[in-house]
Amino acid sequence: MNFSKKSPWILHYDGSSCNGCDIEVLACLTPLYDVERFGVINTGNPKHADILLITGSINEQNKSVVKQLYEQMADPKVVVAVGICAATGGIFSECYNVLGGVDRIIPVDVYVPGCAARPEAIIDGVVKALDMLEERQKYARKKDK
Amino acid sequence: MQGRKGPSVLQPFYDVLKLFQKESIEVNTMHRFFVYISLIFVIFTTIIMLLGGDILLALFALTLGSIFFVLGGYASNSPYSTIGSERELLQMMAFEPMILLTAIGLYYGDKSFFIKDIIAAKIPSIVYLPGVFLGLIYILTFKLRKSPFDLSMSHHGHQEIVQGITTEYSGKDLAIIQITHWYETIITLTLVYLFFAFKSPVSHVIAILACIIAYLLEIVIDNAFARAKWQFALKSTWVITGVLASVNLIILSFFR
Repeated sequence: MNFSKKSPWILHYDGSSCNGCDIEVLACLTPLYDVERFGVINTGNPKHADILLITGSINEQNKSVVKQLYEQMADPKVVVAVGICAATGGIFSECYNVLGGVDRIIPVDVYVPGCAARPEAIIDGVVKALDMLEERQKYARKKDK
Repeated sequence: MQGRKGPSVLQPFYDVLKLFQKESIEVNTMHRFFVYISLIFVIFTTIIMLLGGDILLALFALTLGSIFFVLGGYASNSPYSTIGSERELLQMMAFEPMILLTAIGLYYGDKSFFIKDIIAAKIPSIVYLPGVFLGLIYILTFKLRKSPFDLSMSHHGHQEIVQGITTEYSGKDLAIIQITHWYETIITLTLVYLFFAFKSPVSHVIAILACIIAYLLEIVIDNAFARAKWQFALKSTWVITGVLASVNLIILSFFR
């Protein structure tokens, strides 16, 4: 049986976001949505995380940070880009130091649209990501055999 | 809080089963080795205690297990792990005297360190060791890793020291740490059990009830208090357990 769906631990990284999406991500943890009842933990440690949740675009400053966080996560792992800035760079895409969306640096599995993305959309994105996580788990086990 | 539902009671088991399916990132070989050796010592302690063996031997093996765990934290060279290890050592300094005083107090009953003799006594230990028992309840918070004394590897303090000792552990190693903690919980509740169990068979039911009440009390304390600073944790534990246990033992020495 696969248990990643029962306890997805999330690492939330704030790129060059305007904090709109970050507030919505934290809203998912409030009693109204209460994602912790599904076993979600908002961890601060990449080595414990299964899902990397990134808000905001990638710039010259955070390029290496995002790359390092992704590399420190244990397999299987998935990346969710939350908000239009994380998808393409959004309103900041033409700024002099902005490189664009998260997929310029690391492979992104799920894009959550919106400016700011609604909590419902973020939860939906995480659920989609969990399916991919399960898929990767199965693939990794097959490869071991 | 505010009508929150929260995760299911089985959540820790789901977490461990998931962690077993994940990759374990190896910082260095010793780093992982310490976690497994710590688990072996904790299992050894549990077996001794449940077979009614020598309580002193069990408690020293438990301390050794904790020391290996601390060494594992130091082995990774991560600043967060090192801070976690240092806090774990401070916690051990705080609660180890009380653990020893508990063993000494229990010895007074039957002049035996063997658990099978302690639970076969004519009167339950709680009758003549109420102070020692209250001291043990105070340090239960350390052993069960609950607030206000969860300084070294709290899940909730992730902004502060990330995850303390467990920062650099992932996958199976992290699952092993969690399982070690379950064994520690059993050992700590066995100590509570020893205070209530005596010759009468009914007392064993009461002892199990006492363990459940003690565990629920710890959950209430965990939710009611914020994390304490290490200075407070160390000083308050030494003062409270020192006064309670030594006054209890001094009074006891007059009667025997």
